[in-house]
Amino acid sequence: MAEPQSDKTPTLSEHYHLKEKEKPDAGTKSVEVKEVEKPVNAASDEVLETAPADFRFPTTNQTRHCFTRYIEYHRCIAAKGEGAAECDKFSKYYRALCPGEWVDRWNEQRENGTFPGPL
Amino acid sequence: MIVLEWLFLTIAPCDAAEPWQLGSQDAATPMMQGITDLHHDIFFFLILILVFVSRILVRALWHFHYQKNPIPQRIVHGTTIEILRTIFPSIIPMFIAIPSFALLYSMDEVVVDPAITIKAIGHQWYRTYEYSDYNSSDEQSLTFDSYTIPEDDLEFGQSRLLEVDNRVVVPAKTHLRIIVTPADVPHSWAVPSSGVKCDAVPGRLNQISISVQREGVYYGQCSEICGTNHAFLSIVVEAVPRKDYGSRVSNQLIPQTGEA
Repeated sequence: MAEPQSDKTPTLSEHYHLKEKEKPDAGTKSVEVKEVEKPVNAASDEVLETAPADFRFPTTNQTRHCFTRYIEYHRCIAAKGEGAAECDKFSKYYRALCPGEWVDRWNEQRENGTFPGPL
Repeated sequence: MIVLEWLFLTIAPCDAAEPWQLGSQDAATPMMQGITDLHHDIFFFLILILVFVSRILVRALWHFHYQKNPIPQRIVHGTTIEILRTIFPSIIPMFIAIPSFALLYSMDEVVVDPAITIKAIGHQWYRTYEYSDYNSSDEQSLTFDSYTIPEDDLEFGQSRLLEVDNRVVVPAKTHLRIIVTPADVPHSWAVPSSGVKCDAVPGRLNQISISVQREGVYYGQCSEICGTNHAFLSIVVEAVPRKDYGSRVSNQLIPQTGEA
């Protein structure tokens, strides 16, 4: 009931509720979250690669894109352990999207336990 | 012919505002090309309409002059002309709206995955640019501030209130994502040649997607009143060939942050 709805309008709570249910079987979760691995369009000598366009965030406003990637990373390392190779992708994405200042503030908030998002 | 060729070949594409400029700066992205073309298309019809309406107006004033024609005709109805002059002008905006909306929405759309992300962070009164695609930790490695060069420090050939100390280096012919946000008050990141004007709203990340089609240096200015030094907040984008981009980034930016 809630799942098809959350597909259409992924409000944050719904979005994460959905994932939380799928979280126990980590295999499907990572498949669901991962975008199809696109071939790097910079197949030349130097690799230019960044966070791909995300169908969940098709608008100009990418605030939530950054926030979501940050949370996805921290949920990923919470599930897979610190330094898990699968999570590197998410860290790359949120670092590409979020201003450094925001990341610093969120890291601080996580340390203090005042982070406002669902971790 | 030779004169024309010589003329056209030597005219450098104009990527900064010039005195008494009419019209847009030369396009560097497909978006700006689209904007310029739309402008020209609309202007063609706009001038036709202007001539037509002016003719009617002048003719009416001329012929219905009170001395020449003291007793005017008293026609107050004309169904055919009334229908025509209602329907026809309401069709014209539609023909303007269709290409206009097509262009507008295509600007928002991110069709291809961008190759690099650059964050343009507005401050009072400078800009910080972050290249975070190469980061392996939360420490920012490729971050630099870009200040407008004060009038007294300008070197010969530099544009007043346009030149900055650190330009944004981007690869040409590559899809770029630019994340625009401020750290204090609203700013706006605008580069006319790229067809970009994106407001920077505190607490929000705005994305613009551009692909600069030719190498060059593109100038822009802050376009949202952001305080006293609003006029001294410039943007300079330097598009370099893609093969040079990597070396520019690694040579120019890493030692700089290494010192800091």
